[in-house]
Amino acid sequence: MIYNEPSPLEVKVISQRFTLPNSAAIDTYLATDGYLAVKKALGMTPEAIIDEMKASNLRGRGGAGFPTGMKWSFVPRKTDKPRYIICNSDESEPGTCKDRLLMENDPHQLLEGMMIAGWTVGSNKGYVFIRGEYRYLIDIVDRAIAEAYERGFLGKNVFGSGWDFDIYTHTGAGAYECGEESALLESLEGKRGIPRLKPPFPAVVGAWQSPTLLNNCETFSAVPAILRMGGPAYAELGTPKNGGTRLFCISGHVNKPGVYELPLGFNLLRMIDEVCGGMRNGKKLKAVIPGGSSSPVLKAQECDVPMDFDSMAKLKTMAGSGGVVVLDEDTDIVQLAMRTMKFYQHESCGWCIPCREGTTWLKKILDRFHEGDGRSEDIPLIGELARNMLGRTFCALGDAAAMPTIGFIEKFRDEFEAHLLKTQDPQSPELIVL
Amino acid sequence: MPVEIDVTTVYIEDRPYPMDPEQNLLHQCLSAGFNLPYFCWHPALGSVGACRQCAVKQFKDEHDKHGRIVMACMTPASDGTRISIKDSEAAAFRAGIIEGMMLNHPHDCPVCDEGGECHLQDMTVMTGHDYRRYRFEKRTFRNQYLGPFLNHEMNRCIQCYRCVRFYREYAGGADFNSFALRNLVYFGRDKDGVLENEFAGNLVEVCPTGVFTDATLKRHYTRKWDLEFSPSICTQCSLGCNISIGKRYDTLRRVVNRYNGEVNGYFLCDRGRFGYEFVNSERRIRQSRLRTEAIGPDAAKRHLRDLVASNPGVIGIGSPRASLESNFALRALVGPDRFYAGIPSSELELLRLMLDILRSGPAGTPSLREVESSDAVLVLGEDVMNVAPRMALSLRQSVRQQPIEIAKRLHVALWQDHGVREVLQDAKGPFFIATSSATRLDDIATECCRGAPDDVARVGYAIARALHSSSPEPQDLADNQRAFVESVTNAFKMAKRPLVISGASYRNIGIIRAAANVSRVLPGATLSFITPECNSFGLAFLTGTSLEAAIKAKPTAAIVIENDLYRRLPAPEVDSFFSQCAHVVVLDHLENRTTTRAELVLSTATFAEADGTLVNNECRAQRFFGVFPPSETIRQSWQWLGEWENLDRVIADMSGGVPGLSGIAQAAPSAAFRMSGAKVPREPHRWSGRTAVLANITVDEPKPPVDLNSPLSFSMEGNPDQPPAALIPFFWSPGWNSAQATNKFQEEIAGPLRGGDPGVRLIEAGQGEGIPMASRAAESDEDARLSAPNRDRQGADAFNGALFASVPSAFQPRENEWLIIPLFHIFGSDELSRAAPAVAQLFPDPYLALNADDAAKFGAEASVMGRNLPVRVTPGLPQGVAGLPSGLPPLEGIMLPAWSGISRI
Ligand SMILES: Cc1cc2nc3c(=O)[nH]c(=O)nc-3n(C[C@H](O)[C@H](O)[C@H](O)COP(=O)(O)O)c2cc1C
Ligand code: SF4
Ligand code: SF4
Ligand code: FES
Repeated sequence: MIYNEPSPLEVKVISQRFTLPNSAAIDTYLATDGYLAVKKALGMTPEAIIDEMKASNLRGRGGAGFPTGMKWSFVPRKTDKPRYIICNSDESEPGTCKDRLLMENDPHQLLEGMMIAGWTVGSNKGYVFIRGEYRYLIDIVDRAIAEAYERGFLGKNVFGSGWDFDIYTHTGAGAYECGEESALLESLEGKRGIPRLKPPFPAVVGAWQSPTLLNNCETFSAVPAILRMGGPAYAELGTPKNGGTRLFCISGHVNKPGVYELPLGFNLLRMIDEVCGGMRNGKKLKAVIPGGSSSPVLKAQECDVPMDFDSMAKLKTMAGSGGVVVLDEDTDIVQLAMRTMKFYQHESCGWCIPCREGTTWLKKILDRFHEGDGRSEDIPLIGELARNMLGRTFCALGDAAAMPTIGFIEKFRDEFEAHLLKTQDPQSPELIVL
Repeated sequence: MPVEIDVTTVYIEDRPYPMDPEQNLLHQCLSAGFNLPYFCWHPALGSVGACRQCAVKQFKDEHDKHGRIVMACMTPASDGTRISIKDSEAAAFRAGIIEGMMLNHPHDCPVCDEGGECHLQDMTVMTGHDYRRYRFEKRTFRNQYLGPFLNHEMNRCIQCYRCVRFYREYAGGADFNSFALRNLVYFGRDKDGVLENEFAGNLVEVCPTGVFTDATLKRHYTRKWDLEFSPSICTQCSLGCNISIGKRYDTLRRVVNRYNGEVNGYFLCDRGRFGYEFVNSERRIRQSRLRTEAIGPDAAKRHLRDLVASNPGVIGIGSPRASLESNFALRALVGPDRFYAGIPSSELELLRLMLDILRSGPAGTPSLREVESSDAVLVLGEDVMNVAPRMALSLRQSVRQQPIEIAKRLHVALWQDHGVREVLQDAKGPFFIATSSATRLDDIATECCRGAPDDVARVGYAIARALHSSSPEPQDLADNQRAFVESVTNAFKMAKRPLVISGASYRNIGIIRAAANVSRVLPGATLSFITPECNSFGLAFLTGTSLEAAIKAKPTAAIVIENDLYRRLPAPEVDSFFSQCAHVVVLDHLENRTTTRAELVLSTATFAEADGTLVNNECRAQRFFGVFPPSETIRQSWQWLGEWENLDRVIADMSGGVPGLSGIAQAAPSAAFRMSGAKVPREPHRWSGRTAVLANITVDEPKPPVDLNSPLSFSMEGNPDQPPAALIPFFWSPGWNSAQATNKFQEEIAGPLRGGDPGVRLIEAGQGEGIPMASRAAESDEDARLSAPNRDRQGADAFNGALFASVPSAFQPRENEWLIIPLFHIFGSDELSRAAPAVAQLFPDPYLALNADDAAKFGAEASVMGRNLPVRVTPGLPQGVAGLPSGLPPLEGIMLPAWSGISRI
């Protein structure tokens, strides 16, 4: 099922089958170039596949944008340990809803991508780690896996290559932190979902002490197309070092919110105006959260920008997971900051103190502030507490909570101050004019 | 073992310090004496980077003025590292961490048992955080009932994860965990209940705040600064863990760990920590008595003297739970020929044999630190957890030694605890157990082999044989035994530091000989014997004659010290002995069946009132010092028995008079020792109530009691500097009020105490100063006789070179008879801790242990040795073997192993 009208501006590479009837069925997939790429891969050397991946300039769609080909090359192949392929479908970053569509509408594309990865690094086992709330998707992916086994595409001797490959689904239990790759591994191994120290990185010591290739669902889903069209052709679709297309999940105050496949580097304002039909109710644009709730907000005047990893980094924010949240002039930034922190507080795994206590405290301050009981010292305190987390917590969840908060408080300090003035009793002796 | 380490230079505040690159910066900064706060790191548990308290500023090079904040515990002390502890940003961050922890902390210090020795208090002061900006409600948790040893007050938790790491990862417990997430993380059990792990009590010291506190202390609570402490030695098993005992008024209030790098390190077992309360027991003998009449100490002593003078044949019966000095005093009083060990020959002969084996080497006997670093272990015939509990904790670490090589190969720093655990997963090094029933360490064993005691011995012999062809070969091993032997042999051949553990639990000489053979044919092996009691070896140094010999001597008068003979021999034998003895004098501190048989009972000091020396299972002589001032009515055995001026005089006579004991004076400084002319104070300098304590009696400030026996004072007066390691009454250092002050007393963190860990080893590897092994071969008939159950079938043993030659024959189950073996219980088998109320709550009721088949035959209850007992299914018991709990009344005094019928009721 698709949830929004496609846009003519889309460049459909990984979402090409979304609109087909019965798109998740293996026959639909086979009728539309399905499983050609893996057959091609089985005739290639791992080095050649990795070269192709590097040439594609594909960067991880899970958030960090790490070059995928390079990650694949890190997995040691000369080892007597098993190697694992893990698809991160824990999709929990607020504003992000693309892995869901990929699994719902084209699960075989994902399986094929994982198979190619498996062949490349010499793995015989893959896991699709799906967030627990996506209950219905587990059934869809399980069905696709069963179909692939039925046809002999998975299991022993894949396509007569002599190579065996199995795929299993595994569910998370509803913790955002279990999307962080090392916490995901802990959860997969049946332990508490707390992160591991890195290094060693999963590519070297991952699941069950073995080399593990872990990519986002969308990352794997792009692989079959890359092998079919060739790395350079895929790279061509995007901007330098930011190859291909990605699914932008555009939500917020636009007329036509939805998930759209667009080339990397597509201009953000054009996304709002041309792809999403402009601002809802003709309101003015105030700000955009460009890459999921962890990415620092962009003010309207910063939004005339190509949407790729490097351009976002230049603006000190992130392309992240592709969750674009468009905010109109009526948006209450204080409320937004409060709501964002509520999420991170709820999801902190509780391992390290700055994040565990920092998010709790920040949530309480922001709650109270928003409700109209703010104190003038709250504004600097919010900044201080957020900065105390930044780069100093055990894992990146602390950063993910700190970055947007710092963004809100720095870029919209005036709104916080105005909120304080508006809500404070002007007679109050506590009122300090900022 | 000298370890060569590279030294690197680390710059702290631009000054160079030599550091160990194999360590992390926190460890090295603390070793160098810096005060850097921390929580989640623990010297024995390593680093996990959870609390972020140890943050410092790291600089790329001398031009980098900006730097970045790193966690010292997660950063290697590599060459050229430049850090600043003082850096204002780092300092502010550290204060911010404390502020975070304090959001929900109840600030209930005045009513918190941890107050005054709380690491959280210390670290808060250290970071300078002093102003509360958090203006919201605190979260609250529900506390749990966790058994008789620990209180649980979860609201004080700062979520440092130390408890769960210690309990699960270090001590192998399963019934304790962390639950939930965000700021709701909870540490406890899934439901209320007694904590199962035998080391749970360490949480008192592991937890940096007051979540887990000592429930026995709570019943007679006193702050650390108000306790008077002594350096002591645990008397509840043979390992001799070092403890600090604290008293106030006339009760002993608690026991805490006293770090000894070679012995107990940072941890004790729960019997040792909570078994102390027998000292305060109602059953204490606080006054001497003649028959039923109380008498004063002088009259008592006179009576004893007259009795000895008028009975030239008086004999002395010593005890493995009395100090060397007390046993020696008795020996000196009655003469060495009439001094008997007070334990049955089946035990004494084994102890003497163990000493001989250790003397002649070549295998040395390891300290617990060395046990911990062994990389392949074979346990022959010992339920280590229940007999020598602290060693079981060391063994849990030893199984990490071989897998740790994987981490080394992957360049994961060994202090990086979770990194190492991630790499190791469930990998465990070679650890083999051969016993007659399941043990509490089976979960970490590579393989277990069950068999009757003789079969355990045969398996041991077979291993020695497989390692060396000159060791005798047991015939007709079963397939499972053969497979076990092969696994052990393969593992031992690969090992660098193999260890064989054995002991006297089954009273089986074959097991000890087999263990000796294995250790002798295995280059580099160490051999550890577990002895039954805290001074078993000490006693065996003093005499070779047994309790049976004492009975055979038919004396007219006997003096028994600190020994309930009814726990040693069957009651009828003890009864008839006492009946034919005209005069019986008993020196003891708790009423027992033996004291009821005495004409004269002398009220005697417990370890908490006494000074002396104990010889532990590694032949380490260690001195303990009493915490109660000398009393007229309660005296130490050696004081009742002789006229020595002080302990040092006893030691001087003993070390001159008993072979093998010449070194014991060095176990601790003598009473004459002074630091800059002053004694070592037993009381912290904040000890309160000095003038008020006795104000209801007199308003004069009394003179502190004089201690003739030690360089410690019963006062807060004395030299406040660090005393020599053997004299440390408690760990305290300015700014470090908690147990973590240990840091300040070590040469390096987790290393030896300054000046060397206390204790002197009386036997070093292969340095025989006693009887060479070969000469004991002549007593082979005697040796063979000792293997009680198989007496008739056991051939004469003889040495083949330095190896024992006679292999016992395979165990033959009997028709309608079972070999009843002793089974041990950490809580229940030990005599004295039985009188400690908290420990008593965990005793099992007496039972008959049967394997599942036999149990099915007999049903819920059966009769054995004239008693009806409930049947307990005990896994692992071989066919034809049954068990009875050792030391549990009314079963104490039964000599096990023994054959017996079992009948249905
Ligand atoms: C707190 C946190 C949550 C994360 N959640 C997800 C997630 O839900 N899905 C995902 O693919 N990556 C998530 N990531 C990123 C992963 O750690 C990892 O970088 C990514 O899955 C790698 O795949 P890629 O290279 O294909 O992007 C998360 C990271 C953090 C710090
Ligand atoms: S930053 Fe710390 S508490 Fe937060 S999720 Fe990561 S490890 Fe857990
Ligand atoms: S209970 Fe104590 S040891 Fe455990 S996490 Fe809390 S503060 Fe740390
Ligand atoms: S002590 Fe270093 S992070 Fe906890």
